[in-house]
Amino acid sequence: MSSLTAGSIHKKRKSWTWLYFLLPSIAIMLVFFIYPILLTVFYSFTNLALTGEAAKELKFVGIDNYTRMFEDPTVRVSIWNTLIFLIGSAVIGQQVLGFLIALLMKHKNRWFRRVIGTIVLAGWVTPEIVCALCLYSFFSDEGTLNAIITSLGFTEVTWLFTVPMLTVILANIWHGTAFSMLVFQAALDDVPSEIEEAAVVDGATKWQILTRITIPYIKETITTNMMLVTLQTLGVFGLIYAMTGGGPGTSTTTLPIFMYNQAFVNYQLGYGTAISLLLLFIGIILSLFYIRSMKE
Amino acid sequence: MKGKKLFSMSASLVLCTTLLFACSNNGGNSGNAGNSGDTGNTGNKGNAVNAGNAGGTDSGGTETPTEKKTITITYRDDGIGEQGVMYKWIMELSKNYPDKSVEIKPTPIQASEGDYFAKIALALKSKDTAPDIVTEDTFILNSDASAGYLEPLDDKVNAWEDWTNGSFIEAMKKGVTASDGKVYGVPYNTDSRGLWYNKNLFKQAGLPEDWQPKTWDDVLSAARTIKEKLPDVVPIWMNMGKATGEATSMQTYEMLLYGTGERLYEDASGKWITKSQGILDALTFVETVNKEKLGPPLSKVLNGQAGNTASREYLPQGKLAIQLDGSWITGNYLESGAAPWPEYKDVLGFAPMPTSKGQAPGSITLAGGWALSIPSNAQHKEEAWEFIKYALNKENTQKLVIAAGNITVRSDVAKDPGYTEMPFNGIATEYLQNAEFRPAQDKYPEVSTQIQTMVESVATGTSPEAAMNKYAQDVTRIVGEGNIVEK
Repeated sequence: MSSLTAGSIHKKRKSWTWLYFLLPSIAIMLVFFIYPILLTVFYSFTNLALTGEAAKELKFVGIDNYTRMFEDPTVRVSIWNTLIFLIGSAVIGQQVLGFLIALLMKHKNRWFRRVIGTIVLAGWVTPEIVCALCLYSFFSDEGTLNAIITSLGFTEVTWLFTVPMLTVILANIWHGTAFSMLVFQAALDDVPSEIEEAAVVDGATKWQILTRITIPYIKETITTNMMLVTLQTLGVFGLIYAMTGGGPGTSTTTLPIFMYNQAFVNYQLGYGTAISLLLLFIGIILSLFYIRSMKE
Repeated sequence: MKGKKLFSMSASLVLCTTLLFACSNNGGNSGNAGNSGDTGNTGNKGNAVNAGNAGGTDSGGTETPTEKKTITITYRDDGIGEQGVMYKWIMELSKNYPDKSVEIKPTPIQASEGDYFAKIALALKSKDTAPDIVTEDTFILNSDASAGYLEPLDDKVNAWEDWTNGSFIEAMKKGVTASDGKVYGVPYNTDSRGLWYNKNLFKQAGLPEDWQPKTWDDVLSAARTIKEKLPDVVPIWMNMGKATGEATSMQTYEMLLYGTGERLYEDASGKWITKSQGILDALTFVETVNKEKLGPPLSKVLNGQAGNTASREYLPQGKLAIQLDGSWITGNYLESGAAPWPEYKDVLGFAPMPTSKGQAPGSITLAGGWALSIPSNAQHKEEAWEFIKYALNKENTQKLVIAAGNITVRSDVAKDPGYTEMPFNGIATEYLQNAEFRPAQDKYPEVSTQIQTMVESVATGTSPEAAMNKYAQDVTRIVGEGNIVEK
């Protein structure tokens, strides 16, 4: 009898302890994550503004902000720009380039790996805004790139103006590739060399080894990395804002830039929060897509 | 394992290098008195001090009562920091201010023109960040007053002799009176706008040195002549980007629109005009300038520094012939200014902006201006008001408007020889005779950002019709369907 009671007490204590341990992180999640999201959802149904009468009296405006969003042609342009930026810099740029660098560095000597690794990492550890300024001065009219071009006898190109999307994509690739490289390096190190050696013995070419063994082996890493890089890229703001300000016109206005402009340039905080939820929604859809493709 | 070690090593190496870079940058900055990094810091420190004081007073007088009160003044710093006119003026007043129990502290916000107003609005929302005095552009004063950010000053100004004895030009009081009929600030400057031109370049191109364009075509044909005769010179510069904010709306678009005889807002019906021939004409002018490449390269004009690039670099260096801008740009050329240029008096001409076809009144200008206001959330309102009275008396106002190259709002300063002898002050004040003001509507700042979007889109190739339709759509959404009219 007594042993039973003792057991149930023990059981009870055990069932509560997990909560004690989780409480701090749940609290932090509630305060810093769930609460702001709920607040954002709430504000997206209001006319919250930075100045003017609306700043004094918060009014509930129903789904006005959302209907406005679907009627606004700039929203469509921004979604399109966001996708181009995402595919160009995250999917093609960081992912493919990161993988290539990791692959080329495999089995190379220590010094080679160390030097190349450091150089690639330099872009990653550079704070976003510093990175933006560096690349701004690289691409600007009197910048390094034009100095090189003119010294070779070609005429200057106004890079930030004629190909603004390309410059911000290149900037983001420069800034973010190291992350993919690190992830892929770790994954490639885990590919057992016995299998590769066996394939070599069987007469497989390098290309066959890559496509039939290496890539299938690290498939899950590829999807995970794709998801992380996608989510990171979806939220890029400072880099684009500092380099082109979303311009010229709307040619580099991605959703985060558009959201900022609505909230802090046009003083429409309510509309800005609605756009931020659209961004969140796109992020969730893409993540679900990746998670699904991982299960298959 | 090896890989991990390698990367943590290389990562720390790069981090160290970055830190080193950052440090050496700081060192460089402190050497440069006018550097942007420094002024940003000054602003932050100021705010921190302000917040600290606020805490001190709230905790209930446990401190010694003789402790100095700090009055903070927030204004826009466009990147030149301690070289700025406003900074120097505040520091001088602070030194001479008779009430020694009060310390006057500049707490600038370093921002582009557009960002300044958003930052101000955010700062004014909270007691912890609101300064005691804020400089408000009269175009946003009405909005900030409607938002409840500013303290009505009626009782205070009515008890102030300078306000009631006619020292302030009566028309200028309109600019600081919000739609509720209350006064929310004391104006300290105004401005007019027109066409600045470089007489040397005009002479080289065979154009008259005493240039008096009568229509927009005169302006365009002068620009075409410049382009033909002096291919390396930018013929005409107007602000055309979103990044230059209100400067694009007022100095460019509204100068054009009002010159067609059209207005932004119909006072009689209380409606915003969203479509009209005037809008199309104004946009067509912008389109022509860009299509014929009479303007600056778009990469230069579509960023926040465009106004300064034109007035501080292109115009003094003889790389620009005509600039449609405000009367204040000469403030840059004074010895105390950002780009000293002693010859400006002889080289520059200031022609009035003609109406589109030369119709009456022949020329057009818009007037704006800035005011000192007291935020509702200010900590020391009484002390702030005492200081405003001192700062905007005849002598001190005159110092500021002369140093800044602005036009005074005080009739006694306007008569003072020290003011009238400044080059161009006479003409600029004369232009004010036909001056138009922006609509005193609390929706104006939002409509203004749509104007900037519209002008930039035309500058980058959208047709005037398409840009106007988009504008009409956006303005309708902002002001409501019942408050618009198409002409």
